[in-house]
Amino acid sequence: MASLIGSYSLSFGLLFSVLIIFFSLRNLKNAEILDKKIITLTFIQFFFVVISFFGLIISFINSDFSNETVFNHSHTTKPLFYKISGAWGNHEGSLLLWLLVLTLFISIFLIKSNQQPKKYRIFTLLFQQIIIVGFFIFLIKTSSPFNYIFPTPNEGLGLNPILQDPALAIHPPILYLGYVGSSIIFSSALAAMVTSYVSKEWAKHIKQWVLASWVFLTLGILLGSIWAYYELGWGGFWFWDPVENVSLMPWFALTTLLHCILVMERKKILTSWAMILSIATFALSMSGTFLVRSGILNSVHTFANDPERGLFILIFLFTLIFLSIFIFIFFHSGKEKIENNFFWLSKETSILINNWFMMYFLSVVLIGTIYPIFLEVITANKISVGPPFYNKLILPFLIPFLIAMAIGPNLNWVKSDFKDKFYMMIFLTISFLLSALIIKQFDINFLINTILVTSAFFLFFSTSREFFVKRFRNLSQNIAHFGFSLLILSILFNNIFSNEVITNLKIGETFTAEKFTINFENIEQEDEKNFKAIIGKFNIQYLDGSTDILNPELRIYNQPNIITSEADIKTNLFTDKFMTMNYVQNQEYFNIRYQVKPFMIWIWISVLLITFGGSLSFFNKRYEI
Amino acid sequence: MKSKFIPLIFILIFIITFVIFYKGLKNPNIYTPSTNLEKEVPPFELKSFENDSIIISEKIFKNNDYYLMNIWASWCIPCKVEHEFLMKLKNNEKIKLIGLNYKDNFKNASSFLNDLGNPYDLIVSDRDGTASIEWGAYGVPESFLIYQSKIIKRFIGPINNEDLLEIQKLIR
Amino acid sequence: MKFIHIFLIVINILNFNLLKADEIKSENEIAKNLRCLICQGQSVHDSDSEFAISLKLVINEKIQQGMSEEEIYSFLKMKYGEWILYDPVFNRNTYFLWLLPILIFLAGGAIIIKKFYYKK
Repeated sequence: MASLIGSYSLSFGLLFSVLIIFFSLRNLKNAEILDKKIITLTFIQFFFVVISFFGLIISFINSDFSNETVFNHSHTTKPLFYKISGAWGNHEGSLLLWLLVLTLFISIFLIKSNQQPKKYRIFTLLFQQIIIVGFFIFLIKTSSPFNYIFPTPNEGLGLNPILQDPALAIHPPILYLGYVGSSIIFSSALAAMVTSYVSKEWAKHIKQWVLASWVFLTLGILLGSIWAYYELGWGGFWFWDPVENVSLMPWFALTTLLHCILVMERKKILTSWAMILSIATFALSMSGTFLVRSGILNSVHTFANDPERGLFILIFLFTLIFLSIFIFIFFHSGKEKIENNFFWLSKETSILINNWFMMYFLSVVLIGTIYPIFLEVITANKISVGPPFYNKLILPFLIPFLIAMAIGPNLNWVKSDFKDKFYMMIFLTISFLLSALIIKQFDINFLINTILVTSAFFLFFSTSREFFVKRFRNLSQNIAHFGFSLLILSILFNNIFSNEVITNLKIGETFTAEKFTINFENIEQEDEKNFKAIIGKFNIQYLDGSTDILNPELRIYNQPNIITSEADIKTNLFTDKFMTMNYVQNQEYFNIRYQVKPFMIWIWISVLLITFGGSLSFFNKRYEI
Repeated sequence: MKSKFIPLIFILIFIITFVIFYKGLKNPNIYTPSTNLEKEVPPFELKSFENDSIIISEKIFKNNDYYLMNIWASWCIPCKVEHEFLMKLKNNEKIKLIGLNYKDNFKNASSFLNDLGNPYDLIVSDRDGTASIEWGAYGVPESFLIYQSKIIKRFIGPINNEDLLEIQKLIR
Repeated sequence: MKFIHIFLIVINILNFNLLKADEIKSENEIAKNLRCLICQGQSVHDSDSEFAISLKLVINEKIQQGMSEEEIYSFLKMKYGEWILYDPVFNRNTYFLWLLPILIFLAGGAIIIKKFYYKK
């Protein structure tokens, strides 16, 4: 029943798109003000999508296995929370969620933009409707969440246990808020070009949306990363997997846009660039969807691969790209006023430098991700592009980037000179000595690591000092930059000082490493409702005499029949201790992985700080960037 | 002039990208290594399946016979599927079947053979899976057709009827 | 071409992977640079598949035999194809992969400089 209602509401929703487009076009010609009818229609459309979405959730809660999506991804024994999150934990449901956010955001946009020119609002709505219609058709034609199966199966196939995780349950909605927010930026940029509204006012108005999408996207990526760390049992938080890269690319573009908009809201310069970035951000989000859902890339994410879906998104994506190129060429006049005067040493330049590096990082990730596809199609050679590639091309460039980031925010607009040279020199010296001292103890990759850590420390000290000097001015930016320095420091320390052992151990055996010994004491069996657990007991002794007891687990689930390994993680402020145990076919030993990961928790904290900084400027204008 | 030129280049790039993505959609996204990477039989020294005697590869493949080296395990489900085709090869005079028992234990493996029949002339055991890597294998089952110490054909995954016919044709 | 050479040397110096670390470390380093053929999104280091576990044993064995990191890579490349290496080699197929980002970086710099140059 719920499925049926959901299915019908979808069709009604699509119908309303037609109505909205019709009334918008009429309103465009005739009236002076925006027709109230259009706003009402948009709300009704949103309402229909909400009903459809709830229809799916209710089908999941009721375990209505006559619905194909529910049958494929749910099970009666699943906890309620995961039944609900299961609604968007699959391809069909997640697209419905996209659509929900799309219609939600355009409604919010219409309310929030009542100070803006009518034509601009209508055009934004029209472009947004093009996207919405595209998604409606995609959903209904190729991936309907409401397919009916008869006869009704008694039991569903179940949700992969590694997807049953709280972080992963809220990861897609948050991430989509970011992705879809970029669709508003896209539509509004196109509308601004068509109506010649590319101006400071536009920049001020769209900044809110840029910030919001950026905050959500950052949080979404963070949640995905946290999930990977706790659930995948590999002990890492970033793998340069295509799916991760795909979320990182729009993030780079958005971050660039955010900084670019800051300049644009003060002066009418960099307008073409801002337009290109607005288009690129959404195009990258969409290509991400394409790359992940079409199965063209080989990644850990498992969505059912269907070339038909891939083809649809591909055509849709390129239609949008060509539409925007067309509008950009014919409507956008790149002529900027003579306001274009700022000097070498100025905040403008430092923002340009930020943009420059961000674009470089973006291009590394983009090229690394899609190059294998190109190579395979052209030469039939198959290669892999993995972490070493990204590290080699990104790490060296991080050094000047961090230093520029430390200096930039202290400069004045238009013209400036180096301020506080004294402090800068002191910070640089302290940073260098400190890093040399720390790295020397470990004597690995001395040169690069010292320079990297130095630049990160430099940024850390500079941003810390700004808290005292600037007080509440620019607090938002200050917190975000401080968070970024903390992030880089924690990642570097995490990388440099992590210590890991992978070995095969039998029960009762001991493994001696340089700094600790692992003692595999015994195993226990426990029977749970939907899985059987084998729990290992490990005693780890360190050189200084302290000990840790870790209990990694193997879980043998009954539905679907999957063996997962649950890591045991001991977290404290400075280090995480991470242990997993894996079953090896027909051997007496288990495969043991033990890792000591310093500053793990600080990676999460610092990203939270960055997003906190970003969202601060929503609440109080005083802190604004 | 210049302002028209740059967008044109971009449009061209996007069209090329489109075509490549379109073609890329048709390629399988799972990688399987090319089946003619390795030609020489990699040397090994392994324990025999039945007892602890050491078997050296050079002593096996030296004759002027055809050999089918089959990697299998009792816990591997596709191995059961291919087993009937291996049994059909057993009676062929021209080919000798060598089994490489992968990460298995003796009890399970011998009951597997008792139930389904033993097609192998010789079985060696690869307890920790390292020998299979020397062969460039990465899963079970995999089979290699060998003649005069050269791998002439490699089969990834279970042998099916088509593969069987091909083998019979090759060794004729 | 000269520039490319210098650039590669600089990159290599900056990333020079520890010369002589202890065994566990380099075994892990090597496994991290290899892609698992069973769970194809993972590195051999991260993967717990039967293949990956055995491959780690093989790497260890090869290190014991005195093979260098490079030799192990080329050994595995011969067995499984270039695909298994996460760090693409710099050759005809990958010129663009390595150089395009750098070209984009240089072009970006040129655009910024031009912006100032034009004004004066």
